[in-house]
Amino acid sequence: MALAHAWSVALVGLEGHLVEVETDIAQGLPKTTLIGLPDASLSESRDRVRSAVVNSGERFPDRKVTIGLSPATLPKTGSHYDVAIASSLLAASGVLDFHELSRIVMIGELGLDGRIHEVRGALAMTLAAARSGFARIIVPELNAGEARLVPGIQVYGARSLRQVLALLRGTEIPDEEPPRAEPKLMSESLTRVPEVDLEEVLGQREGRRAIEAAAAGGHHLYLHGPPGSGKTMLAERLSGLMPDLSTEESLEVSAVHSLAGLLTSDAELVVRPPFIAPHHTASLASLVGGGSGMPRPGAISCAHRGILFVDEAPEMHPLTLDTLRQPLESGYIEVHRAQAVAKFPARFLLVLAANPCPCGLSGTPTGVCTCTPQVLNRYRQRISGPIKDRMDIQRQILPTARGATTGERPESTAEVAARVQVARDRQSFRYRETPWRLNSEVPGPILRRDYPLDEASQRLLEEHYSSGRLTARGFDRVVRLAWTLADLAGVERPTVDLTHQAFQLRSGALLTELSDVRPIKGDSAA
Amino acid sequence: MRTKDAVGQYGEQLAAEHLAKAGFTILERNWRCELGEIDIVARDGDALVVCEVKTRRGLGYGSPLESITYRKLSKLRQLLGRWLQQHSVRPAEVRIDVVAVLVPRTGAPTVEHVRGVA
Repeated sequence: MALAHAWSVALVGLEGHLVEVETDIAQGLPKTTLIGLPDASLSESRDRVRSAVVNSGERFPDRKVTIGLSPATLPKTGSHYDVAIASSLLAASGVLDFHELSRIVMIGELGLDGRIHEVRGALAMTLAAARSGFARIIVPELNAGEARLVPGIQVYGARSLRQVLALLRGTEIPDEEPPRAEPKLMSESLTRVPEVDLEEVLGQREGRRAIEAAAAGGHHLYLHGPPGSGKTMLAERLSGLMPDLSTEESLEVSAVHSLAGLLTSDAELVVRPPFIAPHHTASLASLVGGGSGMPRPGAISCAHRGILFVDEAPEMHPLTLDTLRQPLESGYIEVHRAQAVAKFPARFLLVLAANPCPCGLSGTPTGVCTCTPQVLNRYRQRISGPIKDRMDIQRQILPTARGATTGERPESTAEVAARVQVARDRQSFRYRETPWRLNSEVPGPILRRDYPLDEASQRLLEEHYSSGRLTARGFDRVVRLAWTLADLAGVERPTVDLTHQAFQLRSGALLTELSDVRPIKGDSAA
Repeated sequence: MRTKDAVGQYGEQLAAEHLAKAGFTILERNWRCELGEIDIVARDGDALVVCEVKTRRGLGYGSPLESITYRKLSKLRQLLGRWLQQHSVRPAEVRIDVVAVLVPRTGAPTVEHVRGVA
């Protein structure tokens, strides 16, 4: 009898594809078929739509109804096609103008009573609709906040199918009960940026230097020390040192958070770098992303452009920790599943915190470690060499002696953040003609060609390299860190002193005051 | 006669009139064998049509068309075969149609004809 079509969006990872929802009503006994590779939650859409249509005061056709989702080969998952299916069905049965439907994208899950429930990933879907040139989109009212963040598309938040139909018909929009927000699957506290200040940290000269350099250049950080020495305290204060996200970055981060269900309904763009602290029992899939059939983003993608803090890192399963190696290098993660391959961004600053040994006292000036050498060995092997090699800054954090810090007022977050901002500005100016923004992002070959160290610094590092104290990767990493220290110090290029300190920061050696750095050898004769 | 049978018969009468108006030639009504009953056998051009008539007084239990289940259709196919066998005819085409009759408590009855359901 009739044919009509409406538009919705399928998500593969963060990438949205426009999906055409066609409905054909033909002669035949009443039967509704849904084709186009739907998964279980989408197949149930038939029954939801039938009830919602009837309970919205419309007639469900007693005919052979075929609903096709195209492209037919793309597997489709989720319940957000309901609104588009219901609209195309009503247009096919002649009670809705189908010209209206061809210019608007619709997403939303229907309740049996016709209410529209919120969906995940509305931001990414709206982005896809806007990029495909659609000027209008209908979303569940609870998702309207995040959808409105996308420029260049008009967003309608709807509470029920009745409201959608009124909107499409141009009649007066009926009032409905406001929707109830669903509880979040991941608690919001996961993305909460700790509200703490560096002012509260006494002493910790080395730790402060480490997090300042990490924030300035985006360097991964490994903190170890006895329990209660302040590792977590420092890590939490690191995010406060990082500047706000740029508009582009914040849209990237918000899209991931929307898909992971972390955005609240009164969503604004995520502007602060996220701080994600998965527990050390986290599973592999929860960390890198996964899920059956269609992949979902994991903790490392939620930490994109922010900080991933793993406390008690040696307690984490070594295999789980090792999966971070590839995203640490590339800045993204590809999750392969039977139905799709999804690519999620994952450029995060990794902070690992660890005790030096199971009893926690090894290497401290005051305590006596009771661990046997075997236990110590096993414990230290839990963080693999490749992971450790990727940590630019390795610091031992010792408890501040009581009373040792009186007098001097500790620097506040605002003061240090200002220095970090200046250092970042210097970097973005230096890399203005390149795709990189931070020292830590510059690839090795480019680094060696365009931003080499001066001769003395180079000689210093080559000596460490030939004596086996530095790996080839470590060499580049020290060079990057030296540039960051130079940016923080406000000097044109890394000096020998700064290069030496960069090496100390990486190798875990105690820092010498910059003023009394003794050139290691060879230079003293000169 | 019970009410439901009277309603059914009234529906079949309406259906037969509807088919005749649509140009069908009614060959037989309420043909029975040991397998069951065919409501209407008709000819539509070159096609032989076995027609099932379903009458309902309201939509409380769904549309009359919804009552035609897969089992009912299989039964109709069997009956069609049996009818052809007993009458030794060789039509160019055979078809099963359904006529749904809705007889509301108030207002005029409606007749809906669905062609070629099986």
